[in-house]
Amino acid sequence: MSHDDLWMFGVIIGLSVVTVVARSFFFLSNQDWQLPHWAQRGLQYAPIAALSAVVVPEIVMSQGALITTWQDARLFAAAAGVVIYFAKRDVLLTIIGGMAVYLPLHLGLGF
Amino acid sequence: MMFVAPKLYKHPEFKIGMRELAPQALGIAAWGLMTGVAMVKAGMGLWASIAMALLVFAGSSQLAAIPLIVAGAPAWVILVTGFCVNLRFVVFSLHLRPYLIHLPRWERLLHGYVTADISYVLFTKRFHHPGITPEERLTQEAYLAGNDCLNWVSWMGASLLGIGLANFIPPSWGLGFAGILCLLGIQCSLASTRLRMVSSAVAGIAAVIAYALPLRLNIVVAIAAAVILCLCLERIKPRIQGTPA
Repeated sequence: MSHDDLWMFGVIIGLSVVTVVARSFFFLSNQDWQLPHWAQRGLQYAPIAALSAVVVPEIVMSQGALITTWQDARLFAAAAGVVIYFAKRDVLLTIIGGMAVYLPLHLGLGF
Repeated sequence: MMFVAPKLYKHPEFKIGMRELAPQALGIAAWGLMTGVAMVKAGMGLWASIAMALLVFAGSSQLAAIPLIVAGAPAWVILVTGFCVNLRFVVFSLHLRPYLIHLPRWERLLHGYVTADISYVLFTKRFHHPGITPEERLTQEAYLAGNDCLNWVSWMGASLLGIGLANFIPPSWGLGFAGILCLLGIQCSLASTRLRMVSSAVAGIAAVIAYALPLRLNIVVAIAAAVILCLCLERIKPRIQGTPA
């Protein structure tokens, strides 16, 4: 096993532990306990922030810089995805609809 | 896996759990298929993709980890991001605690591990109150196990199929972008209060501005900035604080 393989394996194990800990967080311990108030409130805002921090650069940047053209299939696909989500409230339709916009622009027009 | 405990899978409620999940199974499978394709197409190797599908078992944190892994971010940034994306499960676990706390710890953790979004929603919809008698508790546990079992099978089967199919799809198609659209859909589904929308906007902008930071630290900075700002706004203007979704 190379160093990279070991590193990747470690990350995968780490992410698996993260899954277990997050999904079992409040029943890991038998003892009754509470998070401090600020942390409880923070739970409201952190998940959407984390998603946005990952997603937005993947849509509006390429090679580490903000894109300077509107001719990028990702912009249209993401806009379509957001509209579809709020119209239908369905993540699967968001993916399908977004890709239905993305693929023709990307493969057909080379955006 | 506790799916194989006879007291659970022989219980009539196990089948009911499976039956109630069945209408959702197609959507779960499609999401799993797409995650499988996205992992391979983003440049993760075949074995790493398979190991990730089998072990991590959390679509949103898998998809969020992919661009960070490909960009060579340090492990701790990947794990912190995965945990933040998974924080919605921390909220679910608070709700599930009275239903599961009577079980031995390792059984609780197994239930926690396999209970994802849809099973949580269906379970708490069917059982409004935690069981009190041993029969009630067993009924609830069997339902949850049946529900989780079908969820796990449809997710895993589809993920592995997606990983297999991905090898036949040219990378130039850009199918990895489906993973980003999936995260975008989940992001929209979480935008249930005004302050959450603020959090989303601030984090997105901050992640772009801070992109030049090394080690993909822009993600951590963006999350911290958004959460701290929202906690401050909440104090200043308590009435715009929405109810938890």
